[in-house]
Amino acid sequence: MPFLELSGLTKRFGDVTAVDDFSLAVEKGEFVSLLGPSGCGKTTTLQMIAGFEQPSSGHITLNGRRLDEVPARQRGLGIVFQTYALFPHMTVEENVAFGLEMRGIGRQDRKRKVAAALDLVHLSNLSARYPRAMSGGQRQRVALARALVIEPELLLLDEPLSNLDAKLREEMQLELRRIQQEAGVTTLLVTHDQNEAMALSDRVAVMHHGRLMQEETPFHVYENPKSSFISTFLGKTNSLAATVVKTDEAGSVLACNGMELKGPAAHHLPGPVTLSLRPERIEIVEENEAVLSGTVIERIFLGDQWLFRIETPLGPLLVVRRNRGLREPEHGEAVHLAWTPEHLRVLPAEEGAA
Amino acid sequence: MRHNGPFAKIFSVVFAAFMLAPLVVVIGVSFTPEGFLEFPPSAISLRWFRAILDNPDFIEAAWISLKLGVASATVSSVLAVPAALAIGRGRFAGRDALQALFLSPLTVPTVVLGIAFLRFLTVFGANGTFAGLMFCHAIIIMPFILRLVLASVTGLDRSTEQAAVSLGASDWTVFRRVTLPAILPGVIGGWVLAFITSFDELTVTVFIVSPTTTTLPVRLFSHITQTTDPLVASISTVAILFTVGLMFLVDRIYGLDRLLIGEGSR
Amino acid sequence: MKPGSRGRPWALSAPALLLFVVLLMVPLVMTFILSFHSFSFYGGIAPTFSLENYAEVLGDSYFYEIFGRTFAIALATTVICAVVGLPQAYFLSRMRPFWRSVMILVVLGPLLISVVVRTLGWAILLGNKGVINTALRDIGLITSPIRMMYTSGGIVLALVHVMVPFMILAIWAALQRQDPATEAAAESLGARPFTIFRRIVLPQAMPGVLSGSLIVFSLSASAFATPAILGGRRVKVVSTTVYDEFLNTLNWPLGAAIAILLLVSVLTIMLAWNKLVEKRFAGVFE
Repeated sequence: MPFLELSGLTKRFGDVTAVDDFSLAVEKGEFVSLLGPSGCGKTTTLQMIAGFEQPSSGHITLNGRRLDEVPARQRGLGIVFQTYALFPHMTVEENVAFGLEMRGIGRQDRKRKVAAALDLVHLSNLSARYPRAMSGGQRQRVALARALVIEPELLLLDEPLSNLDAKLREEMQLELRRIQQEAGVTTLLVTHDQNEAMALSDRVAVMHHGRLMQEETPFHVYENPKSSFISTFLGKTNSLAATVVKTDEAGSVLACNGMELKGPAAHHLPGPVTLSLRPERIEIVEENEAVLSGTVIERIFLGDQWLFRIETPLGPLLVVRRNRGLREPEHGEAVHLAWTPEHLRVLPAEEGAA
Repeated sequence: MRHNGPFAKIFSVVFAAFMLAPLVVVIGVSFTPEGFLEFPPSAISLRWFRAILDNPDFIEAAWISLKLGVASATVSSVLAVPAALAIGRGRFAGRDALQALFLSPLTVPTVVLGIAFLRFLTVFGANGTFAGLMFCHAIIIMPFILRLVLASVTGLDRSTEQAAVSLGASDWTVFRRVTLPAILPGVIGGWVLAFITSFDELTVTVFIVSPTTTTLPVRLFSHITQTTDPLVASISTVAILFTVGLMFLVDRIYGLDRLLIGEGSR
Repeated sequence: MKPGSRGRPWALSAPALLLFVVLLMVPLVMTFILSFHSFSFYGGIAPTFSLENYAEVLGDSYFYEIFGRTFAIALATTVICAVVGLPQAYFLSRMRPFWRSVMILVVLGPLLISVVVRTLGWAILLGNKGVINTALRDIGLITSPIRMMYTSGGIVLALVHVMVPFMILAIWAALQRQDPATEAAAESLGARPFTIFRRIVLPQAMPGVLSGSLIVFSLSASAFATPAILGGRRVKVVSTTVYDEFLNTLNWPLGAAIAILLLVSVLTIMLAWNKLVEKRFAGVFE
């Protein structure tokens, strides 16, 4: 039996279904991310686990205990809020001690545990400060310490890094992972940031329109997206409308914008599909090896890599190349592109447009 | 940011003179040694300040105003804080109507409120009582407290309360340890504003006082409509100084700019 | 907030609601009913139901004069407050922080001082032997005093003093919402200071002027202390008339009818004004 189990969780607000028959199982000690664009229902799911929202139907089970009837304050979960939600009129130490105080833990024990928690987040020297006098990253750590000090069975992180600047966010990702593993606490992260989800978690659950779309390891989700929504949401991709001409064990033939492309064996019947091709899988090659040719119409230097937009018979394609310190094709230059057929992902055709 | 030119400066100075003129003459007149209104005073004398002590009516009235202000501001705050918590968060049917009702004493002409209270209190035999005055004042000053507390409540980060709940705090503990400290400046600011409003209130009060519960503004008003002598000026001066002292105090606690301009000004 | 908390907002509001229902709504209804009762000097108030009080007010030019004067005073006060308050609020927003704090204290501080005290100041200033007349006579500009006490003009002057802070507050709030960069943008496009004020600041301040006017007008129309002290029995307005009916003549039903008419006319004007403003400025308010 999984440690945390959400089964058939549904939340309706009037006519709007925010979360739709959502099921998820999390093992003890695991770090799972709920990933999706804003409005996908991930925050509502977290609010239901925390007990701030009541599910319209479905159940939440934690460590064999049904949480449905347990009020929020008795669930004993550690929560880190997007705004950190530190108590502005209490010092760091008082903030962290609050949960212990609610549990009636004695002064001595309290002091010891608070010190240990602050030590874990490397903030021991700032225990007498007020949150106002701290940086975003420090507040984040205080919020984490406050959530962890009550030794929760489950740690909920609600977009914890979204208020930090890019550099700090990367640092905190590593910190967060370290702290989670040291504390060994089962963790559920809610985020719209695919990098964050992929960097931190053991498994990623992608949500869209209140539904669970796919749930696997980050690598798996990135490499084998089940839908074109996931392929565009996780990382950059080139999405192309195509038709399966024929398919067998050896591979498939796909018609795309008047060209015939070779693809991997597809489970799809002949008919319309969406092709997904990652920009880093397209290579710039000599003319004789090319699948097709095109012209550079945009070129952006990103430091560690180059991003090209290339006009081709298939339409404009994004291509990413690692910066090797060599000359790269310039604007207006003709280039030849190639990729291995296995790197084409054949996905169900997108409903609607692009 | 651009700053003001000479026209703006002259305009501001003239305007400031206009705003201060009546206060300056009241204070000036109160120092006259003469028996009539004279400005500027021919000499500085405390004669009319000593005269206050010979008029126990005014001292008694000031004392009643003080008690009334404290009592009604407190009653009104105790009622306004939970109401502001209800109105300031979450939508519920009737929310707008409720808020409109609590702010309505600002819209209904005060003279109408005065006679309505008079009629009600007379029918129930409570006219002129301190309790009657207190509850009527509590209604008149409610909008002032409610607005300031509402501004605090809507500025409150909801997740701090959720954080406290998730750490095991009961509703009452959340209110006492998290919510109240966060909105306290607003509550104190509202209380002071309400106190001052009650302390100065005339139009409603003039209808519902009895000789034993006459407040300072009512006593001053009836004195002025009969005669204006330096005595009312010296009493007014004391009242002005008292208000200035309070303003100074509020500035320390809440910030006078914030109190007067408010995050949620009308 | 918590499962089963639907009734909670009402539970929290219940004490205040109780007070307002018992001590505000009930008295207002009672006053409304009172206005239909009759009164005789010897018999007192009789619980009849007739429109005679309204007929008396609406059929007597004396009352028309009082209502007319009241609204004329309120209108004049509102216009002056807007004309003076608009530039002052704008200048205030452009002052250096220190002078701004000083000016806010000067402009808004009087709000916290009793209207009785402030009106006393005006009585001292405006009297026939008052500060202004004495000064003018001393420098030889006039020989006989200008009558300012017991005139509508004097009341308007003192009311402007009482009301202009509300106007400035409202305009200030509107100006705060304005992006200061819009002025810089206009300047970069070649606009002169007055053009900037007229074309950029004024339109953005207009919602504040209009909401401030609403407040000033309704407060002026129902003002009591200032007209009572500066107008006395000679220059009566609606609120002082109501006061006299209640506390001198003791004709409460008639006084109640006058008060109800005041309430209805003020509310009607406010609602109409609001409608107008909403229609005209729907786009400016977010």
